[in-house]
Formats: sequence, C-alpha cells, structure tokens
Amino acid sequence: MSAPAIDPPATTARTGTVVRIGRVSGIVRWRQLVVPLTAVVVLVLLSAVSLGRGDFPIGVPDVLRTLAGLGDGTQDFIILELRAPRVVVGLLVGLALGVAGALFQTFARNPLASPDTLGITMGASVGAVAAIVLSSGGAFGGALATLGIPLAALLGALLVGVLLFGLTWRAGIDGYRLVLIGIALWSVSTALVDWLLTHAEIYDAAAAYVWITGSLNARTWDDAAPLAVALVVLLPLALGASRALGVLQFGDDTARGLGVRLQTAQAAVVLIAIGCVAFAVSAAGPITFVALVVPQIALRLTGGSRPPLLASGLLGAVLVVGADLVTRTVLPQALPVGILTAVLGAPYLLWLLVRGRRQFT
Amino acid sequence: MTATVAPVRGSGAAASGPRRLGRSSRWIALLVLVVLTLAACLASIAIGTRAIGLGEVWQVLFDSGLSSEEAVIVRQLRVPRTVLGLMVGIALGVAGALMQGHTRNPLGDPGLLGVTAGASLAVVLSIVLLGIGTPSGYVWFAFLGALVGTVLVYAIGSAGRGGATPVTLALAGAALSALMYGLVRAVLVSDQQTLDSFRFWVVGALAGRDADVAWQVAPFIALGLLLALANAPALNLLGLGEDVARGLGQRIWLARTVGLASITLLAGAATAACGPIAFVGLVVPHAVRAVTGPDHRWLVPGSALAGAVLLLTADVVGRIVARPGELQVGIVLALIGAPFFIALVRRRKTAGL
Repeated sequence: MSAPAIDPPATTARTGTVVRIGRVSGIVRWRQLVVPLTAVVVLVLLSAVSLGRGDFPIGVPDVLRTLAGLGDGTQDFIILELRAPRVVVGLLVGLALGVAGALFQTFARNPLASPDTLGITMGASVGAVAAIVLSSGGAFGGALATLGIPLAALLGALLVGVLLFGLTWRAGIDGYRLVLIGIALWSVSTALVDWLLTHAEIYDAAAAYVWITGSLNARTWDDAAPLAVALVVLLPLALGASRALGVLQFGDDTARGLGVRLQTAQAAVVLIAIGCVAFAVSAAGPITFVALVVPQIALRLTGGSRPPLLASGLLGAVLVVGADLVTRTVLPQALPVGILTAVLGAPYLLWLLVRGRRQFT
Repeated sequence: MTATVAPVRGSGAAASGPRRLGRSSRWIALLVLVVLTLAACLASIAIGTRAIGLGEVWQVLFDSGLSSEEAVIVRQLRVPRTVLGLMVGIALGVAGALMQGHTRNPLGDPGLLGVTAGASLAVVLSIVLLGIGTPSGYVWFAFLGALVGTVLVYAIGSAGRGGATPVTLALAGAALSALMYGLVRAVLVSDQQTLDSFRFWVVGALAGRDADVAWQVAPFIALGLLLALANAPALNLLGLGEDVARGLGQRIWLARTVGLASITLLAGAATAACGPIAFVGLVVPHAVRAVTGPDHRWLVPGSALAGAVLLLTADVVGRIVARPGELQVGIVLALIGAPFFIALVRRRKTAGL
C-alpha cells in the first residue's frame, strides 16, 4: 500500500462551525461552501467577459441580454454561434478534468495520480496524432481520417482507460497497482506519440503538437454536445460516489466494515473518472495539467482531508475559461489554451506550497 | 554507520510484500545482473547494421594493432555507444531508485524533480536563440537546464513551513515542470523549425552522439553514483518517517541534499547525453524492488545494473527490428518494457516503497 507520507493530509486543523437547528445539528465547514460558491461567481463573470471580447467587442450587459434571449440578430450570431461554443467547451472540459483528477488522486491516495500521469490523455493523443499524421496514406490511415480527430482521440483514451481498468482489476482495484500499470501505459503511449511525431511531415507534426497541447480554437456546438451529454450522466454519478470515495480512504477492510460494496465502489470511481477524461480530451485535446494541479489547489483552498470533487471541477472550469480569455485578449499571439493553463495554474500551486498555511504531509 | 542501519534491516525483513530473498540469494541476484550486463555490452558491440562475430570483437578489443574496417567500426562507433548506454542506464536506474525513495511516491521518476523539463527548456532555448541543431551541441545546455530545474524545485519544495517533505517535493516538481513545459510548448507551437529539431531530441536515443559525449558526462555520473551509495543507508532511515529518522540521529536536510544532488547529477547527465528517457528511472526500481525488497543498499546497485541491462538490450533490439534504419532506444524501451512490467505487476505483489 502507499506510504504514510502520501496518505491524505491530517484532518486536525479543520475550521468548522457547529450549527444546531432544533434537534438536528451538524458541522458547517465554511471554506468548503465559500470556495465553490466563489468559483461559480468568478466563472460566470469570466464567461460573460469572454463572450464579449474579440474582434467585435460586446459589453457585459449586452452579453447578458443576449443570453436572456433579448439581443439583436448580429449579437445573437456572434455570441451564440461563434463564441459561446468555445466558452462552453472550455468550461465543460475544465469541469470534467478537475473532477477526474480529484477522483484519481483520492482513489490512488497519491497527489501525482491524474489522467496525465496514468496515460489516459496520452492514449487520446495517440489516437489524435495518428489520425493527423497517418491520414495521408494506407488503409489504416484512411480509416482513421474518416473517423475524424475527436473520435480517434475518444477511442484512444477509452482504449487506454479500458486497458488500465482491465489490467488493474484483480477482484477489486488496488490504488498502488493502478498507479504502476498507469505508468506503463503512459510510457507506451508517449513512445507511440514520439514515434509518430518523428515520422511525420513537419507540418503534420506541428498540427499534431497543437492538438497535444490542448486548444479551444474553432470549437462548435458539435464539440460541446457529446461532452455535455457525458457530463450530465457522469457528474451526478461522481458526486454520488463521493461518500464511498471518502470511506475507501480508510482502507479496504474498514470500508467493507462500514458497509461499502468495495468492488462496485472501486469500479464506479475509476470508470467515472476515465469517462470524464475521455470525453473532455476528445473535445479539446489534453489540456495539460488541469487534472493534476487543480485538485491540489482546491484541496489547499478548502482545507479538507482530500481534494473536493465539486470545488475541483469548478476551479478547473475557472482555470480553463480564464486561460482561454488570457490567450485571446492579453497575449499578442493566440497560443493554445493548454499552455496558459500550465503557466497560470502552476505558479499558483507553487505559491500555495511556499506559503504552506498548513502542513499537508 | 552499522548501528544506524541495524533497525532498518529488521523492519525491512518484517515488511509485508513479496517473498524476501536471503542475503546470499540477493548476492546471487546481483551476480546474475553483472553477468547479464556484460552479455548486453558484448551484444551491443557485436550486433548492428554490420554484424561482427564475437571472436572478432574480442580480437579488436584486446589487440590495438588491428586496423581493419571492423576494428574501426568497433572502436569508433560501437564501443563509445555501448559505454554511453552502460553509463546512462546505470545513472537512470539509480536516479529512479533514489527519487522514488525521497518522494516516497511510485510515480517519482527522476524527471519529476524538474530535470527533464529544465533540460527540455534549455534545449529549446539553445535551438531558438543560438541555432544549435545537433545532439552533441545540446549536451551542456541540457545539463545546465537540468541543474537549474532541480535547484528551483528543491528551493520551492523546501521553502514551506515543513521543509522538504516528500509531498511538497513531488508537488513542487510537478508544478514547476508544468510551468517549464508550458514555456517549451509555447515556443514549439509558434516555431515549426524548432519543433523539427526538438522532436528528434525528445525521443531519447543513443545514436548520433559523438564519441566524446560519453567521456564528457562520465565524471558527473561517477560523482552521482558515489553520492547515491552514500545516501542509501540514510534513505532507509527516511523511509521510516522523518520523525523516527531524526530520533535515530539522521540529519534530514543532509540526507535530502545529498540524495537530490545525486539525482540531479545522474539524471541531468543522462538526459544531457541521450535526451529524456523516462522509462528506465520509472520502472526499473519497481522491478528490482520486487526482488530485493525496499532496502536501498540493495536496491541502488540492483537498479544500476538492471537499468544498464535494459537500456543496452533495448538499444540492440532497436538496431535489429528496423534494419537498415534504427528505432530510437526510448521508444523500444517503452514498447518492450511496458508489457513485461505490467505482467510483473500483475503476477506478484510488488513491494511498497
């Protein structure tokens, strides 16, 4: 099993207020309420600003009016058809990656476990890069080309996800084994991507590299729809699995003793996480480091004992939408959003680490 | 020294996990690895686009008077390449074992400490700003980048109130690597020419290196190995938890600094010479730990030899499968190594860290 040092942080220093209403009482942990609520507010503001900015600027009040169905034709078209899909895809992808990262990190009891390190996003990259690079030749390449990049990515991610699940499963899933097999799958996928890139024409390689970085350019409602449907199903399931996930942290025997159906819970958590990642990556590419960094930021902001699911998802959405806004407005040259999520998200986590309000060991 | 090590031996033997080998069988395992390493070296010298018989290899190696075509190939191409592969394999295996010990995380590959990201950033900058375009030209930039990367990670990881704990080190490494890779990607996405050079470096290969590269990085790897061997007993103590280690008289910061310096030298030199090869550092220690158990005094030498065997074998296979061309060693490693590793993980309970 994992070493004591990478177990979830000690829970001693929690802040909470005991609230008593009649005969019912409970602890309200304010930070666990304030952080998601703040994230929602920031997310709405960022989205509104993001919808308004571009070659044809539209003020925030007009944006809100359009969203309420009261805008004029031009603004409707620009906001609802051109800009909204991009913002919505960014939001959903951030949400999905944040939740998936929190699920993996909690399940494996390892702050480094994420779809990036376990190979799932790399599997998507294999699919997408193969579709880009091999599309010019051969029967296999032709088949991949007709499949299209999003579907190839989805299949790649699902394939690695299924392999990860199938190879790890031995009457249940051990977090440690999940991590080790994830490493191996990551290595293979990375090697395949590198090999494909070295054998590609340079312009294909450049296009593939942009995809690997994760980009929201030219997204349409067609990209958003599958992800939205997947999340409508998966998010409630993830939140429902949250309690079992908390109990799983105490170890298999304790969890069983507390009445958790161990195998069902383990399978559910891992499969939900894989599903979230696969659809997110298919929509926008592996927007890097969101799933790795955001749950740790959320953990440090809420001060709980494990990365909170909802807050991780919301903060992931804030990061992706915010990074996209920065790439489109502040920077002289539009970079793929995946670069900015790393460049903005990583320093924030570093700052939280240095400040070290609490000792998370 | 022996006094501080004694309690570890007890706890190591009592730890749950796969069957423990006795002292003599561990010696035998090491001996087998030594033999395998020698065999891999000979194979690496003999096999290639032009196959050279073992007898001939032997003659050329021990008779400096020969000047046949085979002799030139062996001396100027195969031997430097084999020496480089041997050193890099040893360096990566040891660096991986130390890294997993210090971060106490099975995902701890040496690159996590910022080595790979720092080296990548330095290589990209050397291509963009100075127009360098050959693997031999990158060596010092990559090494410098690796050094700067690790120093930054260590500085930030130990700046928090708790000092350099496994979790802060791992997270600082992951976050800082993310940042540096972000910068690398920013350049690569906007500059196609740089991507064209970089994509061949990032695969990781032994081919196309000058004969000098091996000798350039050799002193750093030697120093790193010495530090690693010195660090192994202390790392066993740290594995008991920092409080226990401190109680047993271990100076935590000293152990951490020595260990991280060793990782930096080893992984930095290896990455500088061959480009990033993640697989060896990541997987070899897990495989070796399954045999030796978590005692770092066995794990470090075992990982060194196993790393060398794996890297050399993968390099030889890469020469055979894609004749007359070659498949880069980084790719072969993952493709052959991963299924083997998965089988190992599934068949027996791997030892915890």
